Amino acid sequence: MSETEWTPDQPIVSIKDVHKSFGDLEVLKGVSLDVMKGEVICIIGPSGSGKSTLIRCINALNDIQAGSIQVEGQEVNAPGLDKLALRKKVGMVFQQYNLFPHKTALENVMMAPLLVLKEPEDEVEKRARALVKKVRLEGKEDNYPGELSGGQQQRVAIARSLAMNPDVMLFDEVTAALDPETVKEVLVTIKDLAAEGMTCILVTHEMGFAREIADHIYFTDRGVIVEHGPPKTFFKAAKDPRTREFLSQIL
Amino acid sequence: MLDAFQEFFRELAQTNPKWNFIYLYDPVQTERVLTGLWMTIKLSVVCVVLSVVIGVVGAWLQGSPIRWLRMFVQGYIQFFRNTPPLVQLLFFYFALGQFTPTYSPDGWLEVPIISNVGWAILSLSFFAGAFNVEIFRSGIEAVPDSTKEAADALGMNRLQIYRYVVLPLAFRVSLPSLNNNLVNLVKTTTQAIVIAVPELLYQLVSIYNDYSTAQNACMVLMFIVYIVLVGILVMGMNKWERNMRIPGYGQN
Repeated sequence: MSETEWTPDQPIVSIKDVHKSFGDLEVLKGVSLDVMKGEVICIIGPSGSGKSTLIRCINALNDIQAGSIQVEGQEVNAPGLDKLALRKKVGMVFQQYNLFPHKTALENVMMAPLLVLKEPEDEVEKRARALVKKVRLEGKEDNYPGELSGGQQQRVAIARSLAMNPDVMLFDEVTAALDPETVKEVLVTIKDLAAEGMTCILVTHEMGFAREIADHIYFTDRGVIVEHGPPKTFFKAAKDPRTREFLSQIL
Repeated sequence: MLDAFQEFFRELAQTNPKWNFIYLYDPVQTERVLTGLWMTIKLSVVCVVLSVVIGVVGAWLQGSPIRWLRMFVQGYIQFFRNTPPLVQLLFFYFALGQFTPTYSPDGWLEVPIISNVGWAILSLSFFAGAFNVEIFRSGIEAVPDSTKEAADALGMNRLQIYRYVVLPLAFRVSLPSLNNNLVNLVKTTTQAIVIAVPELLYQLVSIYNDYSTAQNACMVLMFIVYIVLVGILVMGMNKWERNMRIPGYGQN
């Protein structure tokens, strides 16, 4: 496995001709895309088009059968992959928040830095408190996930992921399980992050949000990227009939 | 005061020969009851702790990617769950006991390295441990994969996920069933009498073999001690269950 030296002028995430099957079902049929440092990209498309699978492959929660995924030059599709090194670079937020229900909000944020990075507790706590504040949950530090609303839980999940100081954040339909009124507070948090220069890859159904925040939008259908472009051209002048049909149903 | 107390029961035994509470006025018998009780408590505590450890480790091994390890645990469970604990005690002590090495403290006597108490602890712990593995497994299976996946995505390794995420959640789910099994275990320690472990039942049976008028009194004591002993265990377990309760999670 040759680790090529990665420099910030190269794509931070580089996906080339990725194929992924679950048994006989091929969900990714040759997907390629590049993300530059600080870029925000949104992946949209109908359910079952493989968009969640794609971002789960980026941090090796799913393996791929063919192709290449590189994160800061580290090949994800390599035997003997250093998963820990990869996961320190890539943070992930899930649709169902997946917080640890037996830990308070603050403990959720502190857990991985303590166990995985083995940092001193006082430093971790300081950073965790700052992160909880950053996701606008001051005063909720000692609440358990079960005592928080969906939107609040999702923001704890974002803080928990940020506590590992990742270079890339993956968001897998993070507002899909939320009440409409709490969607906004989560989107605001993501917007803050993007504004600070965090590289974000989002799978989302929030078209308005995608249009506002994304540098680049990818539309996937049946395992391939059908069309992509910056939001302005993408939403106004979609060329492919499949994209147009999808957009007409959603917008 | 104590004299009057002893005198009362001594007289009771005279007037009502069926109710001879001999252990309340004869210091030798009191001593036998107390050593028996102490042995029962030691046996219970050691077996409870060991069986829980076996349960936790066994459940962890059951989730191992190595096939023969899983099969080994499965075989262990089948053996200990499907045979009576009484038979296990006899088998361990009389059959396996013949094959364990012996040592000689004085050059004459051959003493097996595992005593009857040792065999009772092993056999009872593995017996209850087999059930505990299954109890913890059901708790572990109740932890959603997505929660483990989140821990995985944060860079935790398999052991850390088990130790800090899966076990604490699985424990909470398992506690009521664990409670039942441990109660059973404490009661099953009486079966160690068949390999002559000098626990409470053994001592009380010895007493009423020596003094047949003491039989009823011994039986009564037996029941009272177990009601209290198991009562303490259940109280402790319930308190633990309450302390482990998470606000907003499960039934409150």
